[in-house]
Amino acid sequence: MKLKTILLGAAAAFAMAPAAMAERGADGHVNVIYWQAPSILNPYLSGGTKDIESSSIILEPLGRYDPDGNLVPFLATEIPTVENGGVSEDLTSITWKIKPDLLWSDGTPLTSEDVVFTAEYCMDPQGGCAQLSKFNGIKTVEAVDDLTVKVTFATPQPNPYGAFMGGQSPILQKAQFKDCTGGRAAECTEANFNPIGTGPFVVDEFKPNDVISLSANPNYRDAAKPAFATMTFKGGGDATAAGRAVLETGEFDYAWNLQLAPEVLEQMAQGGKGETVAAFGTLVERIEMNLTDPSPDLPPETRATVDAPHPILSDLNVRKALSMAIDREILVEIGYGQAGRPTCNLVPAPEMYASPNKECIPQDIEGAKALLDEAGWTDTDGDGIRDKDGKKLSLLFQSSTNAVRQNFQDAIKAWWGEIGVETELRNVSASVFFGGDPGSPDTFQKFYADVEMYANNFDGTDPQAYLAQYRCGNEPKPSSQWQGENINRFCDPAYDAMLDELAKTGELDKRGEIAKKLNEMLTKDTYTIVPLVDRGRVSAHSNTLGGVALNTWDSELWNVADWYRIKE
Amino acid sequence: MLTFTIRRLIIAVPTLLFIAVVIFGLLQLAPGDPMAQVPLTVPPEVKERMREALGLGEPIHVQFWKWIVQFFWIEPQVFIDNVFGTHLADGKLRVLSWQTRSPVMDIVVQRMPQTLWVVGMSYLVGILIALPIGIYSAYRQYSIFDQLGTFIAMIGFSVPTFFTGVLLIVIFSVNMDRDSFWWFPSIYDTTLQVTDWASFGQQIRQMAMPVTVLALYNAAQISRFMRASMLDNLNQDYVRTARAKGVGERAVVMVHVLRNSLIPVVTVIALGVPQVFGGAIITEQVFKVNGLGQLLIGAIEANDLPMVQTLTFIFAVLIVLFNLIADVLYGILDPRIRYD
Repeated sequence: MKLKTILLGAAAAFAMAPAAMAERGADGHVNVIYWQAPSILNPYLSGGTKDIESSSIILEPLGRYDPDGNLVPFLATEIPTVENGGVSEDLTSITWKIKPDLLWSDGTPLTSEDVVFTAEYCMDPQGGCAQLSKFNGIKTVEAVDDLTVKVTFATPQPNPYGAFMGGQSPILQKAQFKDCTGGRAAECTEANFNPIGTGPFVVDEFKPNDVISLSANPNYRDAAKPAFATMTFKGGGDATAAGRAVLETGEFDYAWNLQLAPEVLEQMAQGGKGETVAAFGTLVERIEMNLTDPSPDLPPETRATVDAPHPILSDLNVRKALSMAIDREILVEIGYGQAGRPTCNLVPAPEMYASPNKECIPQDIEGAKALLDEAGWTDTDGDGIRDKDGKKLSLLFQSSTNAVRQNFQDAIKAWWGEIGVETELRNVSASVFFGGDPGSPDTFQKFYADVEMYANNFDGTDPQAYLAQYRCGNEPKPSSQWQGENINRFCDPAYDAMLDELAKTGELDKRGEIAKKLNEMLTKDTYTIVPLVDRGRVSAHSNTLGGVALNTWDSELWNVADWYRIKE
Repeated sequence: MLTFTIRRLIIAVPTLLFIAVVIFGLLQLAPGDPMAQVPLTVPPEVKERMREALGLGEPIHVQFWKWIVQFFWIEPQVFIDNVFGTHLADGKLRVLSWQTRSPVMDIVVQRMPQTLWVVGMSYLVGILIALPIGIYSAYRQYSIFDQLGTFIAMIGFSVPTFFTGVLLIVIFSVNMDRDSFWWFPSIYDTTLQVTDWASFGQQIRQMAMPVTVLALYNAAQISRFMRASMLDNLNQDYVRTARAKGVGERAVVMVHVLRNSLIPVVTVIALGVPQVFGGAIITEQVFKVNGLGQLLIGAIEANDLPMVQTLTFIFAVLIVLFNLIADVLYGILDPRIRYD
């Protein structure tokens, strides 16, 4: 009798034990759908968002950005700063300390050698690394001891958090990738499809452009996480189907980036199986003004280059009037709904870099007309189109093929018509428009149009490199094979001087001030860039999926270790 | 017949080479850039390096020659290695996809099962529905059944699969109660392994909607062929003779007429088989079957030229092959037809 009681008690204690130890894998299975299917799980070989986000479940960087854009340590013990001595006073080196006792999913320890190797892997000139710009300016990466890595830069870096920060630059395992450097990077299919990582999940099976089956990493550093034992990461289809699978049929728990018409999304949300979440980053839909003459009458060497200033758009008043005629709130309503808000800034976030400028938001048709009158553009022949010195105020407006963009083009054409500007619309397939083929006349870089519309953003939270795109000489031109990021061919020595100052400034307040000024020089002072909509990201999760914190500064799956099933 | 087959096979070699050149040339001329999907935040010089790593910097004829060697010399070696466990292709560079940096043929092999299951099954189901409908419609021409069959065929033919597919999803996935027997998944699970009755049932359920959509389309096409072919034969003299001899109506239709009518239908069916391998681009996309059709469209969108080139070439081979099979079948089924 007594023995039986003891045995029962022991049995009960055993039964209780797993419950008390809360509980890796206790919540079973989770389904995630990305309507763009991942092709490869090595973010260094693909710049695509789908590949960066899917690999972020498996691979981790030293630090990530949180939903507010703050830096948080992941594999590092803390984020190195000048204050804690991690960044040298002269801003030429940064020293990362790795958390002790970290294990790869195969059970081997993670050391500073792996971090050093990751840098070598990406910086190999033969490798074609997609994240090379993260390693810009790095002179050496060395392992000080097993858990300390020192990165030395050639010049002072006020923002030294390029390498090993965020989803684009995670740590690879040296043992797995040591034979995959340089020209052999593409041959390591096994490693590229099944990378060994430190993240909450490990790959069981990867079917490229289709599906990833994952299970909880037995060596994950937090014994209680992840709550899910297995995950299916399905790719493919379209945003509508992905939204439907979460919000209406309830087959999936999380759907990424639902770029859908606002009314479609609203109707789906009435399915009641899940809810949408939105967050804003730095993606801005904008109109770019061409400051150079794209006329086909010009020879190819001077067409759309700085040698030929634009006959109409060189006039600030015209550019300003074009901006004033636009009603950004209506654009948000027709195009983005909860995933957009009107903006006048090229750098809309983070807050410390975003200018408070809002003056462009109210539409002012009368003001725009007055401005054009003042600039000498009047309708002398009574055909409804303004002209000046025999030249009509007629613009070619191009964009990529995309339902929302074509709606925007139509609306903007109508507003510009009201102020007497004739607009010819044109749209180009996105793969050509953004393709950068120097032989094609239709790329956004070549800009053989007067104005064009697209969206762009910057990586991470520091806008320095983004603003530096508008430096004199960085414009696409024949001599650079039409490569270059100064799409508008903007050139102002004062702007360049301020950029140099920004590159030398380490204090965050000062940096914010300069960045705001730079942003204003491009937008409200010159109307070179006419921002329209600050575009957020909308994703959806099922009602039973907890822990989702939508993050636009890093991978959306940055905190997938914290996801759990809400018990009903 | 044998010499004919051999002659046709030999002619197929220059034909296919010509097709390969044309596909390659068209892909080179087509606008687009494999780096177009890389975000704008990646600087142009990095993109240029990535292009070089893909081998894009090489002259066009070198790229073409490389593909020819990889496809016709190295890939067969890989195949032999897999079958016989040899090591002929070790360390040799295979046709690599630009999207995934992995061998194209591996992905094709991976995609084959779901495409064959779903598209192949729908072809089979389509044929099984179409033949009886075609036969009976012709036998009772202009009857209510015939009119109905014509109407359904018209619908199957003219309503696009992206409409019927989404319609079925809205009815059977969105509005149906999740616990109901009539609830079907809108997303195909390619990881499902059929190991027992339960998983077999799941496989049937997830195949149900895409197969229905495609079968309707296939059945519409084939039933019209069957009907037309039956009508041609029903008015022939030999049918009257058979009836005059007192052969039963059943034997007249199902033996004499049907056998003769099947000759053109069988060849039409054979000619349609390459489409099964080509996958159903739209239906696969709607139900996320992620088979060969989805692979092709994804590769086109991503400007993954090696993948597009290889896939279209495989389809070309299948079309040439099944044309030959159709011709040979004709000869076998109809003794009057001789090619020699």
